[in-house]
Amino acid sequence: MARDKIYLEEIFPSPFIQLWLIFRKTPVAMIGFSSFLFLIVLAIFGPILAPHSPLEGNLDMLLLPPAWHIDGNISYLLGTDELGRDMLSRLMYGTSLTFGLSFIVVIISLVIGVIIGSLSALTSGIKSSFLNHFLDVILSIPSLLLAIIIVAILGPGIANTVWAVVLVLIPQFIHITRYAVKEESRKDYVLASKLDGANPFRILYYSIFPNITDRIMGQATLAQSAAILDIATLGFLGLGAQIPLPEWGASLANGLDLFYIAPWTVYLPGLAILFAVVATNLVGEGIRHALKVRKER
Amino acid sequence: MLVFTLRRLSLFIFTMLLLTLLSFSVNFLFPGDALINLTGAINATPSQLVELNDAYQTHRNIFWQYFTYLSHIIDGDLGLSMASQSEISTEILNLLPATIELSLVALLIAMLVGIPLGFVAAIKHGKTTDNLILSVSMLGYSIPVFWLGLLAILTFSINLGWLPSAGQISLLFEIELVTGIQFIDILLSDSPYKWQAFSDATAHIILPACVIAVAPATIFIRLARTSMIEVLETSYIRAASAKGLTFQQIIFRHAIRNSLIKIIRHVGLQFANLITIAMVTEVIFSWPGIGRWLIESIYQRDYTAIESGLLVLSCFIFIVHILTDFIYAALNPLARGNKYGAR
Repeated sequence: MARDKIYLEEIFPSPFIQLWLIFRKTPVAMIGFSSFLFLIVLAIFGPILAPHSPLEGNLDMLLLPPAWHIDGNISYLLGTDELGRDMLSRLMYGTSLTFGLSFIVVIISLVIGVIIGSLSALTSGIKSSFLNHFLDVILSIPSLLLAIIIVAILGPGIANTVWAVVLVLIPQFIHITRYAVKEESRKDYVLASKLDGANPFRILYYSIFPNITDRIMGQATLAQSAAILDIATLGFLGLGAQIPLPEWGASLANGLDLFYIAPWTVYLPGLAILFAVVATNLVGEGIRHALKVRKER
Repeated sequence: MLVFTLRRLSLFIFTMLLLTLLSFSVNFLFPGDALINLTGAINATPSQLVELNDAYQTHRNIFWQYFTYLSHIIDGDLGLSMASQSEISTEILNLLPATIELSLVALLIAMLVGIPLGFVAAIKHGKTTDNLILSVSMLGYSIPVFWLGLLAILTFSINLGWLPSAGQISLLFEIELVTGIQFIDILLSDSPYKWQAFSDATAHIILPACVIAVAPATIFIRLARTSMIEVLETSYIRAASAKGLTFQQIIFRHAIRNSLIKIIRHVGLQFANLITIAMVTEVIFSWPGIGRWLIESIYQRDYTAIESGLLVLSCFIFIVHILTDFIYAALNPLARGNKYGAR
């Protein structure tokens, strides 16, 4: 026999779901979020979808302007560079290098930073004071300078760039996690589970982490936009991705000599970087806005 | 204020020790021999090597080596550049003022443009003007600086031909190097073409300084906007309007002063960011500063120069941090009581 519900169950969404419910209502943030998803899909499937090879050029089609230009060719939608390589395919492959790698970079440094940060939040006294000072010193060095030093130690190349940017981003995550964990552990609900006899790791995992994920995610978007810019800048300076690789910054530097004859070889990679960073920042803005709205409730 | 000064001083010494420790240990991580990396003496004869080993105490343990390294730095000896075999300290002294000049002009532009715009956005909070300023600022800090620099060169130097695209001053002018800061040197020199040189130098600095200023300006917009919104919500502003002051009087007499204090605190934090941007911009605009020199040393594998550049630039940034902290504390008595780290 069918039973009607006799009482309405009250559902308390987790902090993360609450955040999503608010986030969903901001149209600009949703545009940013869908662009972000689009870039992720492109980063994964770009190499399959690309119409041409990013490395092999067609020597009959050198410096072809984009298709809407009078001399353009529709099979090379965004034109070609000085070796006849299709710009569209290069940009699509570049998505997985610049954007995809920056995403991976952020995840690696997030995991390491959060682990170190939460462990350090549990310590106190001279160890914690030393760490605090040490972090301040590292954070006062410009990120690009630090990345350049690390690249100088490891040698140029895309893999070394990735490690350099990971190392540069870790201190930020340590700092924010440490701060957030310390702030949360002063609250009463943590005290309650402490009185229940939970050990520090259990408190950290079950009580504190669900409440700080959103703040860490906000930091992650900031880190991601910094990572895209750093990878592209290092590529542009010739310290990151090396010549044939279609990394956005590197292919922009590649088009530099022909800037005046073929401006699209410089415009397009730059626009791609701009698009990726704006999408990331819009998501970040959305998260921060949602955090603020949730706090005011 | 005395306690505050002492606390900052101890922090300063501690940080300097850490930074030197960092630049000292980096020598062991670079490829090649640590002593050669430290001194840059790539062409040293065996007898010179013995002397260097003695001077840097390599036969004693690592702590002694570090302390001898420190004493060398305090004496102003940063070793020789591997690429040019000249003293790094003189090279840096010649180059650093150009970077300081460029970044200070950029900071000034960023503050002059960013802060008023932020105030306007805060006053029009929630209206179209606010949203417009916010979206422009979002675009401004998302744009890659090297791309912006190239676009600026293409538009203003090549297509319009308004401003020069490279260098600090036209090579026609011979300006003697006194302080290293171009504008002061020009005014000090007794050349008959002083004012032509001055206007030429101004034309050269506009484009790179504006390119550098874009990203910090957008951050100042945000800072100014948030702090102004906070100030406008306080009770003393409400009291002022209850007293019957006009909106303009409230803004100019009360709100701007109080919100400016909060912004000054962040100027120091923005400086690291600004220097990073300046390094890349120097490469694009061939500005003879320390950023370009540092990046060129990487191409040349000049490890001594990289290590010293790291040390000097980060010390410089940290000194700016401490200075803004002092200015902030001098302007705002509330900040002096704050313990360090209790942010």
